Amino acid sequence: MDNSLQNPAIKPAKASLLPKVLASLKGAPYIPLLIIVVFVLCAILANLITTQDAYSVQLPNRLIPPFWIEGGTLNHPLGTDPLGRDILTRIIFGARVSVIIALTALTIGGGFGTLVGLTAGFYGGKIDTLLMRFADITLAFPLILFAILLVMVLGPSMVNVIIAISLVLWARYARVIRGEVLGLMQRDFIARAKVSGASDWRIMIRHLLPNVMPTLIVLLTLQVGWVIIVEASLSFLGAGIPPPTPAWGSMLADGREYVSTAWWVTTAPGISIMLVVLAFNLAGDWLRERLDPKQRGL
Amino acid sequence: MQRYIIRRIGEAVLALLALSIIIFLMVRLTGDPALLMLPPDAGLEALEDLRHSMGVDKPLVVQYGLFIRDYSTGSFGDSLRSKSPVSELIKDRLPNSMKLVGVAALIVILISIPLGVLSAVYKGTLIDTACTGIAVLGQAIPVFWLGMLLIQFFTVSLGWLPSSGMGGFTHYIMPAFSLGFFTVAAITRLLRSSLLEALDSEYIKLARIKGLSEFIIVWKHALRNSLISVVTLGGIYIAILITLGILVEVVFAWPGMGRLLYQGIVFRDFPVVQAVVMISAGIVITTSLVVDIAYAYLDPRIRLQ
Repeated sequence: MDNSLQNPAIKPAKASLLPKVLASLKGAPYIPLLIIVVFVLCAILANLITTQDAYSVQLPNRLIPPFWIEGGTLNHPLGTDPLGRDILTRIIFGARVSVIIALTALTIGGGFGTLVGLTAGFYGGKIDTLLMRFADITLAFPLILFAILLVMVLGPSMVNVIIAISLVLWARYARVIRGEVLGLMQRDFIARAKVSGASDWRIMIRHLLPNVMPTLIVLLTLQVGWVIIVEASLSFLGAGIPPPTPAWGSMLADGREYVSTAWWVTTAPGISIMLVVLAFNLAGDWLRERLDPKQRGL
Repeated sequence: MQRYIIRRIGEAVLALLALSIIIFLMVRLTGDPALLMLPPDAGLEALEDLRHSMGVDKPLVVQYGLFIRDYSTGSFGDSLRSKSPVSELIKDRLPNSMKLVGVAALIVILISIPLGVLSAVYKGTLIDTACTGIAVLGQAIPVFWLGMLLIQFFTVSLGWLPSSGMGGFTHYIMPAFSLGFFTVAAITRLLRSSLLEALDSEYIKLARIKGLSEFIIVWKHALRNSLISVVTLGGIYIAILITLGILVEVVFAWPGMGRLLYQGIVFRDFPVVQAVVMISAGIVITTSLVVDIAYAYLDPRIRLQ
């Protein structure tokens, strides 16, 4: 059965895609979208953008200020850190770390949560109650504390940070998606799909999932910033990405003792986190207004 | 109402139990828990001793029982670094953290309510843009960087405020402000949207027709109803303040639980980390439980469910 018959809001893409895409970008927050594009490009092309090494320690070059300040050089446009590493290079490679973590944690956590939400909403009854209790219990965990413990036991590594974040992240998706599904289950097209003999799995994937997609996309976008902040917080506390891997949070930690003498060590990673999080939040707000007016209080 | 309270208490207890089981199992399944409890330079003999006294040779269920018994009687083991009991360390620091969170909560209330009201009342004007701008920014700045920026400005450049430790009133200003800023942002945005909705409602129109002054309408009638949406999330806001407090304490060298936790992480002092996390998680879970129950008493819509 064609989905477009049941939900006029979701039409399959036609040949005239380009004008449609352009039209849908009307009123888009261009600056945040630009920041996101730059951020992702830095992550993908890090080793093409910069020829410098993010790891090489050069103590004679330590704490060189940015180029516009006396003593700075254009070789290190944003200066160097206490170990003489180029800050701009580490910022660019740090983007890669943030993108990998956000992407995997949101895929694993969001994917699992969506599956739980679809199942709970579709079957209802005892399954629903059980799954939602699990979600509520998970939501009661303070994430940062949980992650710190997990990383302490398993040892700090990128994989363990991703595991810790995903283990808590799924619950919010499960809750929101389940709420949406409960509403959809009352609609005629689900009843018709059932009558026509579609399997449970088919109804969930072909009929429910496309209809919760807008909500899912909004939630995913809004949570990119949140995941980046959580990762930075963990790295700042020494329970995240272990050194010497360049991560924005650990760069802030490295510069903490130099706040009064070398402000540039912390300023660049701080601004990077702020801009990227800001960009994803604003883009998420815009998407929410466009795709899903119901969810404004999310 | 009773069912709601019982359910919420059950959830909180289960969350704490789940947390303790996860920690317990993780520590035991990923290696030798005795190794985590010993300093890296400890000898083989010390390891054997500790294994025996920890009861690692006993069945898992018995071990879990011992773990719960120790924790519920307040014996959290000894710090690897200072050798003193972890409970002593926590006893000194917990009140300091509470004071910081308390002052931050006060700042949050004092700033976010006026900001939310201003941006709703002057919707679409420059004032609104400024308030919303502050709110959007507050949700994007990492608290620990905000703390460093404040130190750079108010301590290094101006020399007005002390940058670290506890002392008089001035020591609270920067830590409490950076701690509260994220929550200020969240509440301002929420209050703005719920106040806009309230100002558009029938009972406000009636109040206007009655000829009440705009001040009374906004601050008494509309605000009261909009604050419900904020109070509903009160437990979450307190949880956020407590967890963000860890980061802020590290930046400002505040002698509280967060700094203790940080030192525990840096020195791989597992007993300290485990105890601080369990206690902080316990506090977070219980406060949000208390807030939710208090709120259920206040709001008849939940009470009657």
